[in-house]
Amino acid sequence: MSPRPGFVLDVDSSTPPTLFWQGERFTLEKLPEGSRVVYAPEPVDPLTDPQAAIRHALLHPLGDQEPLPALLRAGMKLTIAFDDISLPLPPMERPDIRQLVIEQVLDLAAEAGVDDVELIVALALHRRMTEPELRHAIGDRIYDAFAPNGLLTQHDAEDPANLVHLGQTDLGEDVEINRRAAESDLLVYVNINLVAMDGGHKSVATGLASYRSLRHHHNPETMRKSRSFMDQHRSELHSANWRMGRLIRDSGVKVFQIETTLNNDTFPGAFQFLQKREWEWKAKDRLAYVAASSALDRVPPRHARRIFHSVKAPHRMTSVQAGEVEAVHAVTTENVWAQQGVVVEGQTDILTMGLPYISPYNVNSILNPILVACLGLGYFFNLYRGKPLVREGGVVIMTHPTPWEFNPVHHPSYIDFFEQVLSETTDPNVMSERFEAGFATDPWYVHLYRTGHAYHGVHPFYMWYWCAHALAHLGAVVIVGGDPKAVHRLGFRAASTMADALEMARDVVGTSPTLTHLHTPPILMADVQ
Amino acid sequence: MKALVVERNLPRFAAARVASLLGSGRGAGIGPLQLLDAGAPDRPGDDWYPLRPLLSGICGSDLATLDGRTSRYFEDLVSFPFVPGHEVVGVLDDGGTDFAGRPLAPGTRAVIEPVLGCATRHIQPPCPRCGSGHTGLCGNLTSGDLEPGLQTGFCTDTGGGWSTAPLMAHASQLHAVPDALSDQDAVMIEPTACAVHAALSAGVADGDVVAVVGAGTLGLATVAALDSLVRPTAPCTVVVGAKHARQRELADELGADHVVPPDQLVRAVRRQSGSTVLAGRLAEGADVVFDCVGSAASLTEALSMVRARGRVVLVGMPGKVSVDLAPLWHRELTLVGAYAYGNETPPGPDGSERRSFELAVDLVGTAGLGRLVSALYPLERYEEALAHAGAAGRRGAVKVAFDLRNPKGRSR
Repeated sequence: MSPRPGFVLDVDSSTPPTLFWQGERFTLEKLPEGSRVVYAPEPVDPLTDPQAAIRHALLHPLGDQEPLPALLRAGMKLTIAFDDISLPLPPMERPDIRQLVIEQVLDLAAEAGVDDVELIVALALHRRMTEPELRHAIGDRIYDAFAPNGLLTQHDAEDPANLVHLGQTDLGEDVEINRRAAESDLLVYVNINLVAMDGGHKSVATGLASYRSLRHHHNPETMRKSRSFMDQHRSELHSANWRMGRLIRDSGVKVFQIETTLNNDTFPGAFQFLQKREWEWKAKDRLAYVAASSALDRVPPRHARRIFHSVKAPHRMTSVQAGEVEAVHAVTTENVWAQQGVVVEGQTDILTMGLPYISPYNVNSILNPILVACLGLGYFFNLYRGKPLVREGGVVIMTHPTPWEFNPVHHPSYIDFFEQVLSETTDPNVMSERFEAGFATDPWYVHLYRTGHAYHGVHPFYMWYWCAHALAHLGAVVIVGGDPKAVHRLGFRAASTMADALEMARDVVGTSPTLTHLHTPPILMADVQ
Repeated sequence: MKALVVERNLPRFAAARVASLLGSGRGAGIGPLQLLDAGAPDRPGDDWYPLRPLLSGICGSDLATLDGRTSRYFEDLVSFPFVPGHEVVGVLDDGGTDFAGRPLAPGTRAVIEPVLGCATRHIQPPCPRCGSGHTGLCGNLTSGDLEPGLQTGFCTDTGGGWSTAPLMAHASQLHAVPDALSDQDAVMIEPTACAVHAALSAGVADGDVVAVVGAGTLGLATVAALDSLVRPTAPCTVVVGAKHARQRELADELGADHVVPPDQLVRAVRRQSGSTVLAGRLAEGADVVFDCVGSAASLTEALSMVRARGRVVLVGMPGKVSVDLAPLWHRELTLVGAYAYGNETPPGPDGSERRSFELAVDLVGTAGLGRLVSALYPLERYEEALAHAGAAGRRGAVKVAFDLRNPKGRSR
């Protein structure tokens, strides 16, 4: 039986309560009659033979590109770059797609006699991955073959000796990327395209770039003009990356892009109820909900966090395509939409969303208040094509505990950003002008980024810029169940219950508002008509 | 007339120390302090004048004494029984002469520089420190015509400010209060003089990052002194750690560049100084740190955020504390005290010396420091007053003082 497409439920008196994520917990909320709930499509069927599909993609590339074996020769310099810990979410069960793809690329390289091969984690300004995380992503065999010899490196956007400036785009944007990648005879990029924003020219132009380069598109202006950045044709973020990607190509950097898509089979056995529609819950699902909820309510948040971060998703590969960047990405994007797209008629006054424990930037870490804002207003708000799900001047209600808590190893500059920047301004433009440069060049943050496992000093700014479109669009943001002090520092309103939040929202949008709930994860993309 | 009197009574000091575990100032009712009938003390000499207190502040050192928490170092520097109160504005009903020998008419409002140095003790020649105007460093605090006592308010011969009876003030201690200053302004002159002395002795240089730990009376007055007396010639960035909301507001108003909760102070200093971190401490942190608390925790924090070869200035009165001095040695830090007042050479073109008190009189007026006086109590309600002062920050207050003007008493 074919998987069912996405669905918009009209809530009536017989509709059971709706599941809301609340960080490491979840609740059931009875939504007002007449509300809508947008559900993701069911997981599409995975590839029956992923290995064969990968092989086929490498041998039958898309666009103006030769098959991979024809590009490989003895004596050449080959670099394989791949996406970092931020993808997929949650991390997938072994074997990870990156391992499957890279193993085949390495097999072909070995057959061709290529012996100068290096692997680079395309970190951009993200934190360096730990050894266990790397082993999970690429497998023990690859890790043991490359890491001990220094042939597996993590991109360092602050190492001038290992960066090369390729020039400026027509709009004066600096393009500066990893030297090894730029100076290789062939750069193979291995991507996991979890959402429509990922991949394409963004893989290299962002993943292997320096701050000098990234600042041209990771800024409030670009983010405000990306409507949404999940829709590459209406995204200034993508336009900038495409300009840069073409400059990289025209500079002579030969990129062989390998993109993969996943189905949205997000949670394993005991948590399967999280991706089902509530009225279809069977006794087993209800029992699982009660058991999980009561267990999570009893354990301290840090233990609940550990439990969830140990969850590995049963994602399965639904497509793999390789070849020329733009041709590959066009197909990839179609496949992402085929899994995640849901047609929604019209906008809503109030958009509700339950925020889970994880975002791209807190794998094995804490979803701190800035990341809460980014997950809700940066990611979930932007899961649309056409128009935002919520109308201009509308209200977003998010559920999350939003603790005033940070991981000092992963997010040191976030702490200072929260304490010092957000206490003065929540305006992306103001903070960009007054504070960004200081954080971006702070030697301590640079040191921690380069040698520890810290996100770059400027990263919290980017997370806030990610919210810029939503902040400009919305009339109010309410967080249910959040630490009031932390919520107020974000500039949002705190409510203790959904009923209170709805009352607050009515003050903004009127007494008879329309309400839509974004039932994610699993991830969905709203095609708002 | 009434006065609050401290007697040498070890069981009462012990009881106060136990009670203070519930909070500073909570032991007033069972401690060594008693409200007694009192008259003016005898004049120690012709150059002493009766000063009838109008307002008299409650200082952290007063609270430490009444809580039985003062360092034993001071045991020989006080004489019992004494009337506390060294932050005093009063009236010279019979007139007098000021520190510079100028006559003061009857009815003149005046404040006292409470240090009881060589001049007050009729010691000639004065010790080298008094001779150079640094009376706070006097070496004769137990000699001469007076009983031991480092300041008025700790000496049995002079009386003190916590009294409706006059205290005795030596001419060298007296500074007239300008008419433009209110009584609230005037009672802030003494603590402000301490802050002026600390700010001007710290060697703050152009471009320095300066941290202030604590935003009680001394911390806030230090911020004001830095802003008015140091910044004009040595522009610096002042970062303040303030625990309570009202303190944060005031620090901001008085000229701090960044005001943060105490647990954020080290991070804020690190950001401002662009420092890296070494062994859990800032490698290149603040150039100068003013510790306006004086506890083991505040001193430890100050040592952790000052740069190598930087300076930590102890403004708050410390007691016996346990602090790891390894960073002091390893980072070649300077730890220096800033006690009381003396002659200052404020930065400026003329380079002339002025008393800390003279500068403080000006600063209290220009910075409006009278607003730091948050509550006034009559002597009869001294237990409430001391409890309020002991919990000032938490209760949204800064300076709590006794109001000796109205025999009926009042509070606000």
